[in-house]
Amino acid sequence: MIHFLVHDKKDTVGVVVIEGVKAGQEVTGWLMEDDSTVKMKTLNDIPIGHKIALTEIANGATVIKYGFDIGKAVAPIKAGEHAHVHNVKTKRW
Amino acid sequence: MISSKTTFQGYRRENGRVGIRNHVIILPVDDLSNAAAEAVANNIKGALAIPHPYGRLQFGADLELHFRTLIGAGSNPNVAAVVVIGIEEGWTKRVVDGIAKTGKPVSGFGIELHGDHDTIHRASKVAKEYVQWASERQKTECSISDLWVSTKCGESDTTSGCGSNPTVGNAFDKLEPLGVTMCFGETTEITGGEQIVADRCADDAVRKQFMAMFDRYQEVIERHKTNDLSDSQPTKGNIAGGLTTIEEKALGNIQKIGKKCKVIGVLDKAETPTKTGLWFMDSSSAAAEMVTLCAASGYVVHFFPTGQGNVIGNPILPVIKLSANPRTCRTMSEHIDLDVSGLLQREKNIDQCGDELLEMMLRTCNGRLTASESLGHREFVLTRLYESA
Repeated sequence: MIHFLVHDKKDTVGVVVIEGVKAGQEVTGWLMEDDSTVKMKTLNDIPIGHKIALTEIANGATVIKYGFDIGKAVAPIKAGEHAHVHNVKTKRW
Repeated sequence: MISSKTTFQGYRRENGRVGIRNHVIILPVDDLSNAAAEAVANNIKGALAIPHPYGRLQFGADLELHFRTLIGAGSNPNVAAVVVIGIEEGWTKRVVDGIAKTGKPVSGFGIELHGDHDTIHRASKVAKEYVQWASERQKTECSISDLWVSTKCGESDTTSGCGSNPTVGNAFDKLEPLGVTMCFGETTEITGGEQIVADRCADDAVRKQFMAMFDRYQEVIERHKTNDLSDSQPTKGNIAGGLTTIEEKALGNIQKIGKKCKVIGVLDKAETPTKTGLWFMDSSSAAAEMVTLCAASGYVVHFFPTGQGNVIGNPILPVIKLSANPRTCRTMSEHIDLDVSGLLQREKNIDQCGDELLEMMLRTCNGRLTASESLGHREFVLTRLYESA
């Protein structure tokens, strides 16, 4: 069972791809770039399609997905935490 | 799975272009003519009215885009014949003359000095002749290189960037060497990935044109924005689906152009491409606006990846919907032509999904109605550039 996907080895977030992921759950990720497997423990319930932080991300640090800059953290984010609009913002506009 | 020898059964039109549908449309020039156009389509079975809310007091570039979109829609090879109805004869004739360049049957009717009743009566007689004439057009074997294929995604979520958009990209990478004409657009939805698209432009001249279009649209956003657009781009649906920022959305969006395709040129809105290959069209990211512009540019089949489940269709351009979100494929199954959610569980690979999409494309070209066609989705939305005079 794959719970989340990671596009690129440099990514600091992954995408939950099944419904019903709960806080405290051991989850398995598929790192698409090299077809390897990553294990994480969640800190929150994370809905399908939403992101899980793969590492600690400091407030103000760049968030990486697809190997590219997708914005900045606006609060400290712990590994396994739900990363979304409450703690990540665009650098544009 | 497909090669340069692959064929499908299509309608070859008077100007050599190939369509996959055989519509007779009743096309209003303006909002005032919708009632008459819909009455004609009610009278004549098989005729299709395409109502819309604009066409009065427009001027300058906005008016030119209005004419280009209506003439382009009427000229689309999915359309066999056209009845044009406008409040007066001047602009009506302009649309008729534009469509007539294709060589297809087209007639125009102005309402002033006649009223709705007489106009509906006269236009219905012509529409009946057109529908009967169109019903005798025969499909012939056409080459895959005769196809024009557009793409635009909608109600994207993170599964779009993981699954459905790369599926379109894989299909585009396979269609490009076969001489297919393709396009993508959504200018603001490239924000954060613009350098990736610029790097894929075929040469410096195209790159410069692309960046000029990108920068112009950024300037429009900067001029009119009242916040960071977090209520609009990403949309509420995007955010519900897990997309957080425009950069993240853009990087997922541009998966649709695959890994190999070169961007060989740029198109203004509703402009017609002049050679085969992948084009970028400067366009809004609103689904119905963009798909309508693709129809007006002459594209005959459309790939529409969705995450949260955009239900859009178009009256003349069949929209093939695909999704990698298992929840959307389950809860909105009547809208989805191709379920690629197996990609996210490693049950299928991207090459298999690309082939499945191409197979669905050929079935659609051969006559299979898409989900949006069978559900009656006919969103025809004209892009406006600014206020009417």
